[in-house]
Amino acid sequence: MILARIVGTVVATRKDPRLVSNKLLVARPMDPHGKSEGNYLVAVDTVDAGVGETVLIVSGSSARMASGMKDCPVDAAVVGIVDAVEVAAGD
Amino acid sequence: MQLARVIGDIVVTRKDDNLTGIKLMVLQPIAADGSNVGRTLVAVDAVGAGVGETVFFVRGKEASFPFHPTEVPTDAGIVGIVDHWDLD
Repeated sequence: MILARIVGTVVATRKDPRLVSNKLLVARPMDPHGKSEGNYLVAVDTVDAGVGETVLIVSGSSARMASGMKDCPVDAAVVGIVDAVEVAAGD
Repeated sequence: MQLARVIGDIVVTRKDDNLTGIKLMVLQPIAADGSNVGRTLVAVDAVGAGVGETVFFVRGKEASFPFHPTEVPTDAGIVGIVDHWDLD
């Protein structure tokens, strides 16, 4: 799983029927210190996350194990809203 | 599976129901010489690892298998704590 910051939402009218009524978010992966890294990705929201929040994103086929995502065509799902990240000194 | 050092943990109150009660750790993958390689990631903990320990973790859907039959939505999971490793 990766840490990411939600930076926007995606509106898509024409899409796979199994994606209907799922919220899609634009996320920017970040390291534990909050520094952005890597490319933006679109993730389906299962926990009511909002823009500006730090979230936990699960990728790949495991994304389908998120609540309500069974058999949905997704490879990234927001499964948690992060309250705090604690990293050992020096790391 | 890959070697990694546990460098931290995260607190997540609002999360998928199937993640409830599971510890989430921040991992830094390492090379055989102990140096950092690649990006940090968050993994579920199935073995009770702590910050500072060297562990090995599995990627992909298999990361949820230790919690079977619960379908934990994770793509990375710690499955062992490394005591030591040897290279020829």
